[in-house]
Amino acid sequence: MSEVFEPKIVAFVCTYCTYAGADLAGTSRLKYPSNVRIVRLPCTGRISPMFILKALQKGADGVLVSGCHPGDCHFDHGNYHARRRWTVFNSLLQFAGVPEERVKFSWISAAEGIKFAELIRDITEDIRKIGPFEEYHTLIAETGSAAPL
Amino acid sequence: MAKIGVFVCHCGENIAAKVDCTKLTAAMESHPGVSIATEYKYFCSDPGQESIKKAIVEQGLTGVIVAACSPRMHEATFRKACAAAGLNPYLCEIANIREQCSWVHSDGDEATEKAIEITRSLVEKVKRNNELQPILVPVTKRALVIGGGIAGIQAALDIANAGGEVVLVEREASLGGHMAQLSETFPTLDCSQCIMTPRMVEAAQHPNIRLLTYAEVEKVEGFIGNFHVRVKMKARYVDMYACTGCGDCIQKCPQKKISAEFDCGLANRPAIYTPFAQAVPNKPVIDRQHCTYFKNGKCKVCQKVCQTNAINFDMEDEYLDLEIGAIVVATGFQIQNTSLYGEYGYGRYPDVVTGLQFERLASASGPTGGRIARPSDGKEPETVVFIQCAGSRDPSKGVSYCSKICCMYTAKHAMLYAHKNHHGTSRVFYMDIRAAGKGYDEFTRRAIEEDGAGYIRGRVSKLWEENGKLMVRGVDTLLGRPVEVPADMVVLATAMVPQPDAKEFAKTLGIGCDEYGFFNEAHMKLRPVETATAGIFLAGACQSPKDIPDSVAQASAAASKVLALFSREKLEREPIIAMNNEATCSGCWGCVLACPYNAIEKKDITDRAGNLIRRVASVNPGLCQGCGTCVTFCRSNSIDLAGFTEKQIFAEVMGL
Ligand code: SF4
Ligand code: SF4
Repeated sequence: MSEVFEPKIVAFVCTYCTYAGADLAGTSRLKYPSNVRIVRLPCTGRISPMFILKALQKGADGVLVSGCHPGDCHFDHGNYHARRRWTVFNSLLQFAGVPEERVKFSWISAAEGIKFAELIRDITEDIRKIGPFEEYHTLIAETGSAAPL
Repeated sequence: MAKIGVFVCHCGENIAAKVDCTKLTAAMESHPGVSIATEYKYFCSDPGQESIKKAIVEQGLTGVIVAACSPRMHEATFRKACAAAGLNPYLCEIANIREQCSWVHSDGDEATEKAIEITRSLVEKVKRNNELQPILVPVTKRALVIGGGIAGIQAALDIANAGGEVVLVEREASLGGHMAQLSETFPTLDCSQCIMTPRMVEAAQHPNIRLLTYAEVEKVEGFIGNFHVRVKMKARYVDMYACTGCGDCIQKCPQKKISAEFDCGLANRPAIYTPFAQAVPNKPVIDRQHCTYFKNGKCKVCQKVCQTNAINFDMEDEYLDLEIGAIVVATGFQIQNTSLYGEYGYGRYPDVVTGLQFERLASASGPTGGRIARPSDGKEPETVVFIQCAGSRDPSKGVSYCSKICCMYTAKHAMLYAHKNHHGTSRVFYMDIRAAGKGYDEFTRRAIEEDGAGYIRGRVSKLWEENGKLMVRGVDTLLGRPVEVPADMVVLATAMVPQPDAKEFAKTLGIGCDEYGFFNEAHMKLRPVETATAGIFLAGACQSPKDIPDSVAQASAAASKVLALFSREKLEREPIIAMNNEATCSGCWGCVLACPYNAIEKKDITDRAGNLIRRVASVNPGLCQGCGTCVTFCRSNSIDLAGFTEKQIFAEVMGL
């Protein structure tokens, strides 16, 4: 393959911290790869494992879940729930054969525009390296399960 | 059928320079469900908004997407415009193609492709949006202030003076809190009683303040504007209305040797007592635990001497249910248990006292009438050693934080001592002097320069008795050598800690507290007097160590928040809240555990005859803040979050 593989990455973020951090990266005109698509939610506590599956089903090669730092959650402790859930769900994903590198979790505050840009750069680079999520696409193609809403 | 309008904003060059807006518009135009897609230089401008309104009316749009800047910037603007055109504002969504697209990507093609996906995914979402109505909640214009120290009194007075109704609850028999115990106060050395008692009286007599002393808040339910509070009125065994406060009973009570809390154990009180002479209200209570009658069934001396028949041994605790709109928590602090520091000899040597005990010794209304005397023999001490940071800034044994007031009160103690015992010597062991406040540094300098307080920088390692003297050994870190000071009295600047029941009380209130038990503010910098629970505010040392000026300032701030709330008849809240499907809910209460706001209640489902069939979760719209944590938790998919439903998010993801 001569052409660089451009992965599709879906990021589920909370509106108070990471979304604001991404906005800050924007107002600071920081450059990062365009591979990421952001889905805004009130709180990481709202991020259901189903969203991650849906994103993979839709063809995402990587998924990012990001919210407020511990102790900073606008909703007191939604992010702790998110982290616990993600930890458990991640082992299930791995068990099911989804490589660990495909689903990432991080904390980005509203002040961390630079960190956001770096994170997206890193993730994109990582996923580029491991290549497209062919196994999953093949599986979906074979089982014929489309992506119903 | 969906009729979506897509409005692509150029934002001048900000978007148009990178994103091919014409291509984006064309892509949207052909997207299923889209009736109209247009582009314009500035949609946030007046003509821009007008054109959106016009399109809504002319095309009969069922949803609007504005592809523009961050929703954090203009979501409100565009939702308002939609509402003005008769479209429910929650049928409008913003696709962020500026902050998260044109500004951060260098390649125009990539940016355009991404902008198309972002916008398309929101079109898919908005097709599934529902009309939502803002939630209106009425406001009960009555505040509850918990704690009758200086912070609580200040908050209560500020609210009451502005015309608000206040219920002030104090768990002790009198208002006053710790401030009433102090001698003179820094940095002006005015007598605490002189400035405190008039405020206590003012609070007690204020027509807008209902004062409940010897009372405790037992239960808090409800939500901002609509709290239901249960207060326990502890039995005083003295009829407040009949009692004239003459004090005959206090005189005659045979129990005389009960250690007086107000005097920090330096004096005694009887079983029927008022905490101190200037108590407000000045009516006694019977301390059931020490009363001879309650112990042996015989005595009732107080009842016999009382001319007004105010004593009633049959009295019981009573409960009061109150409707409250806002709550100010001002429950104050305690001082740390000094026995943690065995090396300082507290409890072992009677002449090792705490700072608060020293306050009582120095106070004109205290057990010695203001004479600074040794508890052991009543003699005036020739040398007093003050040990700062006794518990503070010591993660190994005490607490990690700085108690903030000790540097100042120790300087004050050294001054008071110099003013009263002219030949005395004082030595202060300190770590560093933290005197940040108006007139504070000048004050500590005065203690050193004018009143001869000898400051030694270093911690004390050991304290023992030798030939009738207390020997204090420490290290002078400036001279780099150990020092030993023989003293007649030692004063420990004990750490300020939260009330012992603070963590439990935080649960009652539904607010958070830190690892120590100080109540958490909503935001340390920008919302320092609010808590994460709307309608509950903080004042004074229950939040963190504070001195009087800080406590008073915060109390007034809390009062102003309460008054702002009371200036409204109804509160309007975003309808982004959880909704439960009672038909599928299995009553597992997973959501109840997950909700950070205790917003989920258990509801009984009964048949026509009123028999309980099952219990299900029910979301209280007043309490729910819309985080959606419960939704993710629910195993039976019963709860959903308005504005961010499963369907909406799935559609958004599939639209990418
Ligand atoms: S959305 Fe959040 S605040 Fe509302 S009920 Fe669910 S968990 Fe509680
Ligand atoms: S988690 Fe779901 S099923 Fe369980 S009580 Fe809550 S709403 Fe009902």
